[in-house]
Amino acid sequence: MSNSRFSRRGVLKTGFLASAGLALPTYLRAQEAGFTNAPGPNHVTLGFSVPLTGAYADEGADELRALQLAVEHLNGQGDGGMLNTFSSKALDGTGILGREVRYVSGDDQTKSDVARATAQSMIQKDGAIMITGGSSSGTAVAVQALCQEVGIVFMAGLTHANDTTGKDRKANGFRHFFNSYMSGAALAPILAAQYGKDRKAYHLTADYNWGYTTEEAIRSSTEAMGWETVNTVLTPLTQTDFSSYIAPVLNSGADILVLNHYGGNMVNSLTNAVQFGLRDAQANGKNFEIVVPLYSELMARGAGANIAGILGSQNWDWKLEDQLGSKYSGTNAFVQSFGAKYGFPPSQAAHTCYVQTLLYADAVTRAGSFAPCAVDEALADFEFDGMGNGPTLYRSADHQCFKDVIVVRGKENPENEFDLVEIVEVTPVDQVTYDPEHPQFAGGALGNCNNGA
Amino acid sequence: MDQIIVQVLNGLDKGSAYALIALGLTLIFGTLGVVNFAHGALFMLGSFCAVTFSRLLSFSHEVIDETRTDFLGNPLKVQVPYIQDWLGPDLAASIIQWSVPLSILFAIPVMITIGLIIERGLIKHFYKRPHADQILVTFGLAIVLQEIIKYFFGANPIQTPAPPAFNGSLDFGIWLGFDPVTIMYPYWRMIYFFFSVVIIAGVFAFLQFTTFGMVVRAGMADRETVGLLGIDIDKRFTFMFGLAAAVAGIAGVMYAPIVAPNYHMGMDFLVLSFVVVVVGGMGSLPGAVAAGFLLGILESFASMPMIVQSFPGINQIIIYLVAIIILLTRPRGLMGRKGVMEE
Repeated sequence: MSNSRFSRRGVLKTGFLASAGLALPTYLRAQEAGFTNAPGPNHVTLGFSVPLTGAYADEGADELRALQLAVEHLNGQGDGGMLNTFSSKALDGTGILGREVRYVSGDDQTKSDVARATAQSMIQKDGAIMITGGSSSGTAVAVQALCQEVGIVFMAGLTHANDTTGKDRKANGFRHFFNSYMSGAALAPILAAQYGKDRKAYHLTADYNWGYTTEEAIRSSTEAMGWETVNTVLTPLTQTDFSSYIAPVLNSGADILVLNHYGGNMVNSLTNAVQFGLRDAQANGKNFEIVVPLYSELMARGAGANIAGILGSQNWDWKLEDQLGSKYSGTNAFVQSFGAKYGFPPSQAAHTCYVQTLLYADAVTRAGSFAPCAVDEALADFEFDGMGNGPTLYRSADHQCFKDVIVVRGKENPENEFDLVEIVEVTPVDQVTYDPEHPQFAGGALGNCNNGA
Repeated sequence: MDQIIVQVLNGLDKGSAYALIALGLTLIFGTLGVVNFAHGALFMLGSFCAVTFSRLLSFSHEVIDETRTDFLGNPLKVQVPYIQDWLGPDLAASIIQWSVPLSILFAIPVMITIGLIIERGLIKHFYKRPHADQILVTFGLAIVLQEIIKYFFGANPIQTPAPPAFNGSLDFGIWLGFDPVTIMYPYWRMIYFFFSVVIIAGVFAFLQFTTFGMVVRAGMADRETVGLLGIDIDKRFTFMFGLAAAVAGIAGVMYAPIVAPNYHMGMDFLVLSFVVVVVGGMGSLPGAVAAGFLLGILESFASMPMIVQSFPGINQIIIYLVAIIILLTRPRGLMGRKGVMEE
């Protein structure tokens, strides 16, 4: 017989009371204002969940810099950045609805379970009213689902898979970044113009949801204009040496290699492809070409000279306004703020997170409420400008932003370490717009917005 | 046929890396009896020796170029390497382009020093502890080392190219009577293979034909008896740890142009290298080398598109499948000896 003074019944009772006690403040806060984590009169807390370790730590660090800059600008510090160019004039540098903006940050490690736990901690312990950040579609889908469950707004960071606003879309989640379909739609005409319509493509694809949707998007867009897909091969996400996958490409009958890889995967597979002489090779009487559907400046830096001449797509580029004029106003304002503070130009990951934070603050201010359903209404079919991408629409049907997409090419002779890509063309928004129920996005439903109370 | 030759060639360079790491692991296990889970991190440190040496050569001072502007519209600050001031632009550029092979000279003393510090400062305290303790402490050390590298160099891969003379590929197929551009093999991978053969031969020759090596081999067979002869075998074993670190380090240096160095690359190799050691036979140097090449080639074959499409995922498990089969049929591995790693 046990001598313990604890009885099972006692432990259960104490546990129940303690849980109820801990949950009470959150419940009361939700009840008093009708939504989860209603802020007090003085300040409001935003949650920045970014990868600070793992393969995308550099993207995460850049996102965090931009998010900190956004908080400064919202609170009236610094030069104001894009607040000066944003078409909506609701924000005046006095915080959000008169409350000082504070933030908590956490490391999502680019792991879905960690990202979910990090966001949950921010919501439950720190009272975060909105979560943003992230550099992977896996983490975005996981955190978006959590935010939908608990009644918090999720402003997605860098997530490119169709699923985020496709089969996994949620009413409480919003994406400013472009997606795989848009990359395919933007790239295909440029690829046809540059390389011709009689081409045979070989795809190497990262074995996870972003890889699948990107391969599908590029395949369908390029096949529609006449390209033939010779082969598609999935590569493990953990692969570092792609030689076994690259070597058979030359004898496959293909004359184009599409690398549906991102981050370290892309740096290594592209390096291997160049080492195996693919860029200098001839196949089917044509120059062999390599395509990287999703570009990033940080990745281009990693790939070094191997990126020269390679076509890809981007959501935004820091040179947009200088090269293509005032249609992309806001770009220079953001580059100036970011560059003066940190000493280098911002990445597209930084840009999308900064813009998402300002868009959230603006939506709350226009709605006059922090309630997720009020934010949902304020962002529904919201048209804005001055955020660096030209005129943009936040579509209510799937919470996806629609704007021009940039097609870029690795520079042959970069003048400095930041000037690695050149803008080839900007694909107008009309060419990358699709029906919300397009087959590549089918199977999902936004559902109803959730205030959490 | 051409695809088979391509994959054999691919397997050779992959196998070279496995063999070099496994050789070091086996040396440490055979001499000190320590299961060193930080050995992959030593390979990674070697790669970053190449990065560091390249950056040292490119160490620069700023010169303001009033004729050009930076991204903020300010006069452009141009970085001019000191080496360019001292040796002129052409020679300086050539030296910087050859930084990877040159960094071997930098990596050897650095890696031996790191190896000695790790052995004297940490590992020696775990000689008499169970293997589980050794694995835990060396695994912890590996994580610390990779986090230090990430702090200083960031998380993204850093391109460290081979000298321009070795860019491009050899049309291997023409030599074998195939059509042009049927079997291409990058020059640097070929160099890596021959380099690893030289290093492996050098280590074997050192152990086989020098008095020092003879004493070490005797110590590996019977440590106590060698000690009774008045030989300070511990000192020699400590040196062997430094040598194993240097082998892993220069393997990493030469691998830098093949896979861009990143802080996690040691972990990518670690588990596979342990499988190589176990398959080769614990404590067997020839076994480690043979298993390294064998598993490298098998992994390469398993990654062929037609095989991956027929057996999805086979490329990720082939090494472990083969390891299971070999250990079931030869429990001591390919060349393992009785009494080693056995109670």
